[in-house]
Amino acid sequence: MKTIIAGGRVIDAAQKLDGPHDVVISGKVIEKITAPGRGRGGSKEKFRLIDAKDCVVSPGLIDMHVHLREPGYEGKETIYTGSQAAVAGGFTSIVCMANTNPVNDNQAVTGYILGRAKEALCNVYPVGATTIGLADQNMADLGELKAAGVVAYSDDGCCVMNAEMQRRIFEMAGQYDMPVLVHAEDANLAADGAMHEGFTSTELALTGIPAAAEEVMVARDILLARLAGSRLHIQHVSTAGAVELIRWAKKRKIRVTCEVTPHHFTLIDEDVGDYSTTCKVSPPLRSAADRTALQKAMADGVIDAIATDHAPHGILLKQIEFDQAANGMIGLETALGLTLLLVRTKKLSLHRALEMLTVKPAEILRLNAGSLAPGRPADVCVFNPDHTFVYNEEVIRSKSKNSPFVGWELPGKVYFTLVDGRVVYTGS
Amino acid sequence: MKLNRKDILGLKDLSVEEINLILDTADSFRDIATRKRKKVPTLQGNTVVNLFYEKSTRTRTSFEIAAKRLSADTVNFVAAESSVGKGETFIDTVKNIEAMHPDVIVVRHSSAGAPHMLAKMIKPGVINAGDGAHEHPSQALLDMSMIRDEKGGFAGLEVAIIGDIAHSRVARSNIYGLTRMGAKVRVSGPATMIPPGIERLGVTVAPTIEEALRGVDVIMMLRIQLERQARPLFSSTREYSRFFGLNEQRVRLARPDAFIMHPGPINRGVEIDSAVADSERSRILNQVTNGVAVRMALLYLVTGGGN
Ligand SMILES: [Zn+2]
Repeated sequence: MKTIIAGGRVIDAAQKLDGPHDVVISGKVIEKITAPGRGRGGSKEKFRLIDAKDCVVSPGLIDMHVHLREPGYEGKETIYTGSQAAVAGGFTSIVCMANTNPVNDNQAVTGYILGRAKEALCNVYPVGATTIGLADQNMADLGELKAAGVVAYSDDGCCVMNAEMQRRIFEMAGQYDMPVLVHAEDANLAADGAMHEGFTSTELALTGIPAAAEEVMVARDILLARLAGSRLHIQHVSTAGAVELIRWAKKRKIRVTCEVTPHHFTLIDEDVGDYSTTCKVSPPLRSAADRTALQKAMADGVIDAIATDHAPHGILLKQIEFDQAANGMIGLETALGLTLLLVRTKKLSLHRALEMLTVKPAEILRLNAGSLAPGRPADVCVFNPDHTFVYNEEVIRSKSKNSPFVGWELPGKVYFTLVDGRVVYTGS
Repeated sequence: MKLNRKDILGLKDLSVEEINLILDTADSFRDIATRKRKKVPTLQGNTVVNLFYEKSTRTRTSFEIAAKRLSADTVNFVAAESSVGKGETFIDTVKNIEAMHPDVIVVRHSSAGAPHMLAKMIKPGVINAGDGAHEHPSQALLDMSMIRDEKGGFAGLEVAIIGDIAHSRVARSNIYGLTRMGAKVRVSGPATMIPPGIERLGVTVAPTIEEALRGVDVIMMLRIQLERQARPLFSSTREYSRFFGLNEQRVRLARPDAFIMHPGPINRGVEIDSAVADSERSRILNQVTNGVAVRMALLYLVTGGGN
């Protein structure tokens, strides 16, 4: 049976499409996009109608940076619960990092994750580690990981400190034509740091992580990626200086892309306030000037994609002393809303916002996703940008509740999420 | 006047009136120490819990003596430093202690902000006995009590704080308290120990110890423990004492009536020369007696006492 999503405003950055259209889905794929009311054509066959009146119809969102905690930490999140949170947030494809237990540094773990992902509500793409155990000692079997199904390589959470090792990783990843996603943070400069280094860290007497901890690594990896001629993607860019380095590299046609998280473009170091552990993340929330630079770089295209760094943690690692608390916050169910807040305040166009959440991550990782062009998988997100919802603990679908946005009223209520033509989430 | 708060977490949020009230109350308790019978029945029936997540015999003993002189019952807990991996959080531990119905919990913790987190979650009053490098209000209040005693007040007073400012809770609390009361504070030390943006707390940063000392009324030296620093912030104790230590020559830069304070225990020959530490200007030992009176005042005021 066919499905017609009718009456909505279709925005598909990949096709430069923005206007009232009907979307016709046949089986698991997009059949066509038609003028409004024409989706049915002359056909007499039965179809299912999804009313998208006043809504935006977008390709399903893609989150190229999540932590699903399975295998190893299923108490925090599983691939299934993570996918529940994803589809509630409008995401139809999520990309999970390798810092599970065991680490996804070999084909067996990749196979396990892909097996578990069959039950998930959305597409789950694993990332393989670049070094075994994320330990910066021995390179993982990158070719075998690719053959097993990973879409990129990353030691996210850790940083490969050995520059020679990183060079060899770039060389091999380049040969296999795969991108390397980098958590750029000098481990010595950031050692036992708990927040951004600045006046607030001085006031709170917390060990600071200077912006330079990120910037020296961004600079190093840009130069190493140039040396190897391979694709580098900087994860969760957080400082104005890092943005400038990436701008410099892009001007010189070095193959670098980057992502920003909703928490870095929304919050700043001062939001740590009275030792709020939900605001403890890695890299840390930065200064107001850094946030402004990130927002500008989102608009001007230096920052390519929005990714959540969804990092579930239970209370044993969060309702404790700030300096001992774990880094990370969940983000799948707030990303669209926080992005739309930037659209509301005119810092970003809706078109650009959705581009960063759909076609851009798809391009970086070469996923068959992020567009509503005929023949593409019918992964769709239908949301109303003007309808708001209150994000409270009762609505959180993630297994963990560690978010500083609890209690926020956010725009962009998701009404329908479809994966492979199937409705996997209905908002009420 | 009574103190209108259940907790003493730091000097940062204490008003001029509150600081004066605490110092006045401490003064009135001070003579008890010189009496033959050193006990008053003020806090009879109250329970004070000393919860120390970090070893500190001096501060814990001082709070314990203060509580006993006020006739309160005291219970001491010395807990492991980290809650990670124990399956029980710091909050769980304190909730268990709360079941004993204490009136005040005095907490020392190696993590900045731990007492603040606690205060939000429990009913009894919380007195911060030192949290990480953040605040140490009872120590700063006793320093201020001594300064007020000797100098008659704070307005216009020039105070130099020298040493590892970044990792000193004594420095932070004194900076908040002294600047609030109208004193002018200068800080100095190795560049690796001056935290970013410290001027925004209302102090000036002197590039050399000599400039910091010139014309000051009070010199406050901080304890330096190079061997305990997790990260390499300084080369050697010899280099430290040569460029940042207090010696007789440098003391002469201060006003003739300036005196020297140190939260103790001192490292002779490192941050302070032996001769200077033992000189007439030194107030290192006197601070111990004042400590009990200030802590009596804090216990008395957070349990609802007033004058
Ligand atoms: Zn990361």
